[in-house]
Amino acid sequence: MDKYIEMIRIRFLMMLAYRTNYYTGILIYSINIGAYYFLWSAIYGEKDAIEGMSVIQMSTYVAVAWMARAFYFNNIDREMAAEIKEGKVAVELIRPYNYLGMKTMQGLGEGIFRLFFFSVPGMVIVSFIFPLQFSADWTTWIFFAVSIVLSFFINTQINLLTGITTFFLFNNTGLIRAKRVVIDLFSGLLIPISFFPLWAQDVLKYLPFQGISYVPSMIFTNSFSNNEAIQAIIMQGIWVLILIIPIQVLWIIAKKQLIIQGG
Amino acid sequence: MTDAITVRNLKKEFKAYSSRSGLKGAFRDLLTRNYKIVPAVNNISFQVKQGEMVGYIGENGAGKSTTIKMLTGILTPTSGEVIVNGMNPHKDREKFVRTIGVVFGQRSQLWWDIAVQESFRLLKKVYKVTDEQYDSHMSHVIKTLDIEPLLDKPVRKLSLGQRMRCELAAALIHNPPLLFLDEPTIGLDVLVKLKIREFLKEINDKYNTTILLTTHDLSDIEALCERVVMLDEGKIIYDGALKSLKEKWGEGKEIEFQFLEDVTLNDLNRITASSEVKWEKDEKKAIFTAFAEDNDELISLLIAKVVADLKVKDIDIKETSTEEIIRNIYDRGIS
Repeated sequence: MDKYIEMIRIRFLMMLAYRTNYYTGILIYSINIGAYYFLWSAIYGEKDAIEGMSVIQMSTYVAVAWMARAFYFNNIDREMAAEIKEGKVAVELIRPYNYLGMKTMQGLGEGIFRLFFFSVPGMVIVSFIFPLQFSADWTTWIFFAVSIVLSFFINTQINLLTGITTFFLFNNTGLIRAKRVVIDLFSGLLIPISFFPLWAQDVLKYLPFQGISYVPSMIFTNSFSNNEAIQAIIMQGIWVLILIIPIQVLWIIAKKQLIIQGG
Repeated sequence: MTDAITVRNLKKEFKAYSSRSGLKGAFRDLLTRNYKIVPAVNNISFQVKQGEMVGYIGENGAGKSTTIKMLTGILTPTSGEVIVNGMNPHKDREKFVRTIGVVFGQRSQLWWDIAVQESFRLLKKVYKVTDEQYDSHMSHVIKTLDIEPLLDKPVRKLSLGQRMRCELAAALIHNPPLLFLDEPTIGLDVLVKLKIREFLKEINDKYNTTILLTTHDLSDIEALCERVVMLDEGKIIYDGALKSLKEKWGEGKEIEFQFLEDVTLNDLNRITASSEVKWEKDEKKAIFTAFAEDNDELISLLIAKVVADLKVKDIDIKETSTEEIIRNIYDRGIS
């Protein structure tokens, strides 16, 4: 376990080594939140509520969704693709650790770093500019904390899956990009799932994506009752377990037919 | 003594896809692709004893790296048996890799963006090395390789020679009984090369570390290894002492003469007519070279004859270098 914690520390160091990335990140997220805030205020116009959400709930939803994204989002799929393409994965395989576990930890290190040095300060700044509504109820905060950890795992697992496909496809830049758009859209980051047409909502219920962004954001904005929140969190947990299966299967096949590129 | 590495009938095949020509061919490639099964390593067997230093040589693409990757558990063999340190590298990967150290000359195993000592610290945790072990072993390694001043620099700011020394130290953090070095001296200057060689000899002496080394720089092998395994097109073509390789394929000796007086090839041929010697003249430098069989008596006789008749300025006896021998073998095959 020591080594995995050490990996998180290393990741912190790496994030600190590239400060410019960090600052531009804050800028990009602020612009995104601002853009969506103004978009939604225009859509709401004079109306008090759409699909049961008020304007303030909506702007809180947008802000929280983006701040949560800073935590669960990572680029380990792209990193894996690069490592596999350059043959660096050989070096990873001569180390006595689980490659996928280590990648997950790197993602977690990145996530924790962003949560404390990016999301929290960002949220404070945003709350000065836009009217947001924070829950005073501590159960909401606990649900939110659990939910956001699970969204990290679901998103990371999907990233691992995408990353592993590099072993078979050798060049999956397109797939990685497509995955990113699909997640942003179907996870409810851009539009809450409850705004989707009913048939689409039904389909999305059977997919893991809403566990990434929609569930934690809905919990945070108090748009879920406690019961709904618990159900949604259990759903997230089930998805985390289910996603382990394809990852393990693909990983075993990938190791068997591994070709190290570049000698 | 136990065997560190046992390899029996090891084979690794790759699918090599070939593209059809032209636009039509490209469309056909979308549906079905042509491929050939190419053996990268073809039925090789060898053993390495604990504490041996073995040079593993061969042309580019002979299958050296593929073998190393199977020995280190990265690649799964197509068929055959590999036992390294008493384990099957691929099956018990996580347990197995604790007992080996690997240096790939062409790729870094240190983390690019962070200071060297942070990488060391992570590796120390990864290999579960205790503080005492680390201090006693690594302080020595760090001193010998002279990397103390590099420890707080990020890897991307190191020169190749500096990085290579750090890589070597990183591979030794857990003091493994078996060390794989895949072209460790590629692109290094003479001083760094010497330092690395000295160091390898030292750890081999001190800990009885087994070292398997692939390289294109034969001076590495001459300096370090008593035994060489030579690979060509996936097959072992020679396995034995470096010395007997020389004896077997070394093609006699060359003796270079420079004379104080004007001499012609005819004179020399006349003087040494009784023995089997071939003379050649380098017109530019006025150096005459005699090619003779590697036979001490014959050579001393030859020199005696020449010196008795002519005034000599300089004599130089040259053995065929390992490099030449190996080049000949690559060129002509083993036959």
